[in-house]
Formats: sequence, structure tokens, C-alpha cells
Amino acid sequence: MAKISLNMITQRSVEEGAAMEKGKLNPDYFVACSVCEMNPEDMKKAGIWKNSNVRVTSECGSVIVKAIEPTQYVPPGLAHIRQGVWANQIVPPRTQSTGTPQYSGFPVTIEPAFNERIKGVLELVQGAVGMWKGGN
Amino acid sequence: MPKLITQVGCPYCGSSCDDIEVLVSDDGTKILEVHNACIIGTNLFFHANDSTRPMLPRMRQPDGSMKEISFEEAVDWTAKTLLAAKKPLIYGFGSTNCEGMSAVGRVAEKSGAVLDNCASICHGPSFLAIFDNGYPSCTLGEVKNRADVVVFWGCNPMHAHPRHTSRYSIFPRGFFTQKGQMQRTIISIDPRQTDTAKLADIHYMLDQGHDYELFDAFRTVLRGHDIPDVVAGCKKEDIIRGATAMKKARFVMIFFGMGCTHTDGRNHNIDIAISLTRDLNSYTKASIMAMRGHYNIAGPGQVWSWQFGFPYCIDLSKGTHAHMNPGETSSIDLAMRDEVDCFVNVGTDAGAHWPIDAVKHVKKHPFITIDPNYCMASEISDLHIPVRIAGVDEGGVVYRMDNVPIQFKAVLKGLSGVPSDEELFDMIYERMCQLTKTEPVWLAAKEDRKYPVKV
Ligand code: SF4
Repeated sequence: MAKISLNMITQRSVEEGAAMEKGKLNPDYFVACSVCEMNPEDMKKAGIWKNSNVRVTSECGSVIVKAIEPTQYVPPGLAHIRQGVWANQIVPPRTQSTGTPQYSGFPVTIEPAFNERIKGVLELVQGAVGMWKGGN
Repeated sequence: MPKLITQVGCPYCGSSCDDIEVLVSDDGTKILEVHNACIIGTNLFFHANDSTRPMLPRMRQPDGSMKEISFEEAVDWTAKTLLAAKKPLIYGFGSTNCEGMSAVGRVAEKSGAVLDNCASICHGPSFLAIFDNGYPSCTLGEVKNRADVVVFWGCNPMHAHPRHTSRYSIFPRGFFTQKGQMQRTIISIDPRQTDTAKLADIHYMLDQGHDYELFDAFRTVLRGHDIPDVVAGCKKEDIIRGATAMKKARFVMIFFGMGCTHTDGRNHNIDIAISLTRDLNSYTKASIMAMRGHYNIAGPGQVWSWQFGFPYCIDLSKGTHAHMNPGETSSIDLAMRDEVDCFVNVGTDAGAHWPIDAVKHVKKHPFITIDPNYCMASEISDLHIPVRIAGVDEGGVVYRMDNVPIQFKAVLKGLSGVPSDEELFDMIYERMCQLTKTEPVWLAAKEDRKYPVKV
């Protein structure tokens, strides 16, 4: 299947902020943050249907999220995942000796992952530190 | 009779809106209505009604489950863990009041910890640039009353600070800006056409990560030199148009955000923005401001600068003097190099907002979360201690993004038995003094303390 290389940024959105203040375990948070916005042209190139799942891979990991058309225009070549648990699975911790990780402007590859499941917040975070017991 | 409380502060974003009205139930335990706040602030206040909020500390058991324990046990465990650690890291403080930030300073000093706040993953690079180049800034009232060119560089207030544009920067009619938006030229610089860019008169859709070149081009044009036909994906004539608008303005205001601090160059994007602001002051009046994120993330910068002389990344492990060097003493760098052996997460959520690799590193050691709610950090902690919510059931001083202090109110009665951050840190400090058989000098010196109650 096709794969596309894009430049990833992770930023705020009001949906993300509003959901976070209801609580990160609230279903709204899952809906608001487990999405990747990219230009429809790029989606076409990689054979990605809108609202289908994709695997996003960076130099330090990968995550399954839902590809959606941009809610705010994203030019070809750029992709955006709203800040939060999903984005931070792939944000490189390199800081250029300033203390601040590379939250925006890191290379990723994106490929269709129609049959993969998007993991929940606890599964991702507890899973990463070896505490996930399943359930939820 | 439900009671309407006015002039309430919203404890979410750096706009720190203080014109919120909250309708509170008869017994002072439930929020019924929230007026004036944006959707994020409204959700925050209603979330405080949640009947499942934790009221007792919870300790991780050998089988992985969490068990409720008393506050005394939690304080004792925290004090002992901090004292046993060689180099603990105490991190967070985006969302608490200045009283809590000041109280933690003594705990950090006593335990030889590294004390850091969310600035290190947010506007820390802006501090680095300010150390190099100064901070020609102003307050938000000046923007409202005077600014006729407003630049949003790498920030999207329509989403991150929803009422910023209506309270301070675009729409309000000020003393010298009585036509409001009609009188202002709005410039947005962002690789996406954000909802803020849609409000702008000029939008530079620059190539992501090339902000430095674009700042450079503006400075070059201002000084009367030629530039290439295209810089950072923006056309020469557009750059000249923007530079001319800034030069002719009566008051230029530049706001910048994560589009500058989180990308390549970090602090250098900010120091050239500050240089641009300084240049502009040869022709007109210009000012620059960081779009600080949380309602009181400017607070630790203020409080700890007064206490230790440094705003963030403060290494107190030497015992006799503080040291700050963000590439070395920042939370993420310390975590990635495995240099800390105990992690305390206060009023933030490192579990969700740190790169997951850094979370995995700090999780190898004792991990304590001090937070009013369940969050990712609390769900991977060894110990979760609940506290009152600043701005909702605990009052206190907060610093807005322009470093203006605002007194926030408590609108709800706190959960019974749950301490504020300040009280909790004072308890931990006192316990540490007992364990090390030293005088709790700080508590004795504190005149308006809440804990321990003076007799
Ligand atoms: S703009 Fe910020 S401070 Fe104001 S109500 Fe919204 S979240 Fe609260």
C-alpha cells in the first residue's frame, strides 16, 4: 500500500480544550484528539479515504489515528494531530538543548490502516509504561 | 436561593478572564450556570461538579490496583520518598495559584530537588530569548486602547485563547481605538489557514519551520535593503506590504506562540522577533508578548524568580545555591538522560503532554501526582493526592499572560478534608522537618499561613 511522507505539527484546537476540561477519560477527548488532519490531495496520493484509520510513524514510534479533512486549511505536505495523548506517542523528545521537545515540524510517514483499531487513552499511556491490564 | 457570583476568574488559559459570572446552588456545592466564559472555561467549571472527584489520596498496591489512604499517610510517604531520592524532579504548576508555587519552593529546597514548570515545554524558549535580548512588552490594556496593527505570529487565539481577540486584541473599542476592529490591521503568520488567519487582513502562509527567514526578511526590508523574490514561501511584495503597514502604524503589537517556540530554532525564532520589535521602535511604537498558555503559568516565573532568581529549570541539588541551565536542568532533558530518581507531577499532566519516551523514563522511579482530578499522570502514579481546584474551590493570586496579577475567587465550598496545594506542601515541608529533626523555619516565619493553624 502507498505511504506518504509529511511534515507533522501538533497544535491546539478548541474542541481539544473543551474536551480536556470535561476530563481525559471522557469520550469527547477521544473524538477530539485521535485525529490527523491533512490535505485531501495528500490523502489521495496515499490511498487514504477520509474518516478512515491511518498509521502515523515518526522517528520514535507510531500511532493509529483517524484521517480527517482539515477543519482549518492545511497545505499539501503538512499534517496536523491535535496535541494530546495520541500526538505525544510520536513527538520526538529531542530538545535542541532548550528543554522543549520537537512538538512541531518533524517528519512522519502516513499509510492506510483500515483494519487497525484506535487505542484509548489509558491503553496508550498505561501500555507504554507496562501497566495496561486490558478492559475499558 | 442560588447565588450569582460576579467577577470570577477563569482558571484555564492565559487570558485569565476575570469577568465570569457563576450561579451557585443554595448550599454552595454545585455550579448551576456559567456566564461570559468560552466553551472551555464553561466545561471546566461544570467539571468541578463531578461527584466522582477524588477526596482521598490513592496508593498503588502490589497487584497494580489503587487503594485509598489517609492524607497523613500520603504526606508521610511523599516526605520520605523525597528525602530518600538523590535528585527528585518536581514539575508542573501551570494550573495552581501562586501561594502553592511559593510553598513548594521550600519543599524543593529541603529535598535538593529540581524545580521546573510547564514553561520548559512551552514558552521556555521565549525566556531564553528574553535573557539574551530583553522583553519590550506591555499590558493587554495597552493593546486594547492603542494597537492599530496586531500581529499573531505562530499562534491561534481563536482556538487556544478563545476570548483573547474579543477582550484585548481585535474587537474591543479602546480609548484611542474607538472603531474597534475597523481601525486595526490584523496580520497572521501561520502555515495553516487557521480561524485566526481567517480574521486577518494579511495572512502569510509561510513554509512551516521557516519563521526565522521571514523575520529576517522583515528586518531587512525595514532597514531599506532588498530581499529575494520569495522568502519562506512568501512573496516579496507581500512582505514589503506588511513591513510598510508596521512602519506606518501608531502602535504595533506582536503576539507569538507555539508556532515559534516548538519548531526548529526554538529561542532563536523569539530573539529575532524581539529584535524586529526593537527595530520597529525606531519608526513607531512596538511591543511584543508571549501568548502564555495556562491562566497562571506566568506565576511560577514570577514567584520563583523572587525566591531563587530563576524562572524555571531550577536545580537546587547543590543545597547552597540554585543553578539554571535549561538544556541541562529541564525536565525533559533530565528525564531523557535518566538523571532524576523521583518524579512529582503537580497541577499538570505529564502523562498526556510529554513525549511518551520521556514519560517512560521518569516512570522507572517513584511517581507522585498532586492534582484535583483524574488524569493520565494520576493513572500511572504510585501515589495520587487530590487537592482543591484553584479558581473554583480555592482562591488565590494568578498572573495573566502579561504578568498582571489577578485575585481569583473560590466559588464553591471545597470538598471536606481536601487541602489546597499550599496547605499540602506546608504539611509535606513540616513532615520533612520532623524526619530530618530540623526547625520548620519557613512555617514559623509565614504570617498569614493556613497550616498549621497558629495558636
Ligand atoms: S478565554 Fe481563556 S480564560 Fe477566558 S473564559 Fe475562555 S478559557 Fe477561560
